[in-house]
Amino acid sequence: MNAIGLAQIAIVLAAVMAAAVPLGAHVARVLTGQRNLLSPILSPIERLFYKLSGVDPAREQSWLSYTIAMLVFSVAGFGSLYALQRFQHLLPLDPQGFDPVPADLAFNTAISFVTNTNWQNYAGETTMSHLTQMLGLTVHNFLSAATGLAMAFALARGFARAESPTVGNFWVDLTRSTLYLLLPLAIVFALVLVALGVPQTLLGSVEATTLEGAKQIIAIGPVASQEAIKELGTNGGGFFNANSAHPFESPDAITNSLEIFALLVIPFSLAFAFGRIVGDIRQGRAIAITMMIVLVVGILVAYWAEAGGNPLLTEIGVDAAPGNMEGKEVRFGVATSALFAAATTGTSTGAVNSMHDSFMPLGGLVPLFNMLMGSIAPGGVGAGLYGFLVLVVIAVFVAGLMVGRTPEYLGKKIETREMKLAMLAVLVYPLCVLGFSAASVLVKTGLDSLNNAGPHGLSEILYAFASTTDNNGSAFAGLSGNTLWYNTTLGLAMAFGRFAYVIPVLAIAGALAEKKRAPASSGTFPTHGPLFVGLLIGVIVILYLLQYFPALALGPIVEHLLLQSGKLF
Amino acid sequence: MISHLRPAIVMIVLFTLLTGLAYPLAITGIAQLAFPERANGSLIERDGIVVGSSLIGQNFASERYFHGRPSATTAPDPNDSSKTIDAPFNAANSGGSNLGPTSKKLVDRVNAAIEAEFSAGRIDVVAADAVTTSASGLDPHISPRFALAQAAAVAAARGMPEAQVRALVETKVEPRLAGVIGEPRVNVLALNLALDALARAQAAR
Repeated sequence: MNAIGLAQIAIVLAAVMAAAVPLGAHVARVLTGQRNLLSPILSPIERLFYKLSGVDPAREQSWLSYTIAMLVFSVAGFGSLYALQRFQHLLPLDPQGFDPVPADLAFNTAISFVTNTNWQNYAGETTMSHLTQMLGLTVHNFLSAATGLAMAFALARGFARAESPTVGNFWVDLTRSTLYLLLPLAIVFALVLVALGVPQTLLGSVEATTLEGAKQIIAIGPVASQEAIKELGTNGGGFFNANSAHPFESPDAITNSLEIFALLVIPFSLAFAFGRIVGDIRQGRAIAITMMIVLVVGILVAYWAEAGGNPLLTEIGVDAAPGNMEGKEVRFGVATSALFAAATTGTSTGAVNSMHDSFMPLGGLVPLFNMLMGSIAPGGVGAGLYGFLVLVVIAVFVAGLMVGRTPEYLGKKIETREMKLAMLAVLVYPLCVLGFSAASVLVKTGLDSLNNAGPHGLSEILYAFASTTDNNGSAFAGLSGNTLWYNTTLGLAMAFGRFAYVIPVLAIAGALAEKKRAPASSGTFPTHGPLFVGLLIGVIVILYLLQYFPALALGPIVEHLLLQSGKLF
Repeated sequence: MISHLRPAIVMIVLFTLLTGLAYPLAITGIAQLAFPERANGSLIERDGIVVGSSLIGQNFASERYFHGRPSATTAPDPNDSSKTIDAPFNAANSGGSNLGPTSKKLVDRVNAAIEAEFSAGRIDVVAADAVTTSASGLDPHISPRFALAQAAAVAAARGMPEAQVRALVETKVEPRLAGVIGEPRVNVLALNLALDALARAQAAR
């Protein structure tokens, strides 16, 4: 670790926090239906969308109707994306003449993009036509993020409202978050990326004759437009197999810093937007600070682990000063590779600028643990905020138990029903991650996919199910996921991780919206100060260490210990 | 449930047109007009021939050129399409080795690369990027240390003074932006092009 590396990290994080505050104010206006900066240009399009789809924007929905709308929309998205992949060979814009995507892979990919996971069991440049990348994958990069935003704000309204039978209108939330937030930011960011060297063309590849006379086929395409929304929407699905490590996706350290900024800025802005919507900016600030603390600890651990280099290689004569460079790019170095790894898993992005599989055991533990915590620091677009608020509910309940009072958050009493729903949501994750991982190590086809033996092999499987359940999408990419077993089980993990989690969350939103607001009294536990931040971090750490410590001990932790004693696999 | 079907289907169609068609095509149009060179992959031409992209590394085997980092990219085996073969710097299929830190394969591979470095008469401690594969397999850069370590061998192969080659490397080192952002690096293709240009200029003189 050195001062320059720490400065590289600090600059990006400071820029994120500086931008997240004003952006949060904009998001709050957008999601509460107010006029905003972009209304003069975009409100005619918004009205046209409602008119054509027969939506009355003034008519709100109960939590159940809101949930069903979200589910119907997701199923329709899944169906259209599946069909697009299966018929891509018959459709235009297929300059490389790719075959239809096989059924199990198309199933996995369709769930992956609809749930905002963007787990990729395929290599983009050898599988997907430009039409599939644009009409399928880029579209769902927008829509799955907008769906996440919608669900987060349904929950925020549950806290903000009193005695309300409704939590908002899903179609309105979906439309407004896409039009007023995601699309304008993506347009600006895509053009910035092109200006900095990211390609944007409809060609499939270009051919070069190298200085030594060999032919080099260079895959290319409409990269910038997908890259922009991939980071902003915390999606993470790369145009290329190597994702943001590919020099066309991120040509230099500036694009690298901007991409990390882009994937963090909306999730942090949502914390501030939440504060505005519930009418107490301090609440949003406390949430953002808690998220930042958890994120920074992870970044520092990963940077420390990677900066030391691999002692097994140092021993045989490799310079340790640049750190562990296997699976990393020279232009990024270890500091911003560690930053990217922690940020992409602290959010549910899953883009990578280095290969997490080749991280040191404790360096790889950070992205893994970030995802096991449900990516809540600061979390995916929307998914981060609602995931975090579930933990807040649990934390105030624990605080209530300690002092013997009925737990409250923002004037809403947290009662048995909310706690049952919160626990139901939280338990989906370990059930999926540990259940599917255990099943995969018991079947031969699960083990045949491994790229690494020993404890690192277990980490590969654990990482895959943590990533998919969490709707993250990054990978210990040595695992060959494109098999019938993994396409199916990882697909199911993504679906459970998204929907089995969010349905109880929306039910909490409905229950809270109906409640009266209890006036604050001298006995009310303040939820905006350092005491609450500390409590929240404590609850998060205890909750997740208890759930996952045994699995982590068998994976990265034992690998770290064996590495120190020079053991190879 | 039925009442949600119409908005679900109509919204998918509308957003597909807006974000899947209008958005990427508009960006493509603007990019092609405003930044044609970058939008098309930052290609480099020499004597009217495209010799590569300034962003994408390429495989150098000759002693007369500086070499890039080891690359873990593969290509389908021409004899058996279910298998893959090593194809360094295959820019149609990016990717890393994904070998974990305790992988025997990794340590053996690095060991073999170090042996090669030593037998080529290079220094006692090997630059990290000289023996590790990059994340993309297409890394266009190497560290200044690795570039300088190759200078003597390249100079010998070309019959040029070593000092001249080292000086050329120094001019091609790209520093950190404002001393902070990024890492010091050398673009291998740019360096080799400069090397060729220097040799040509000297031959013409």
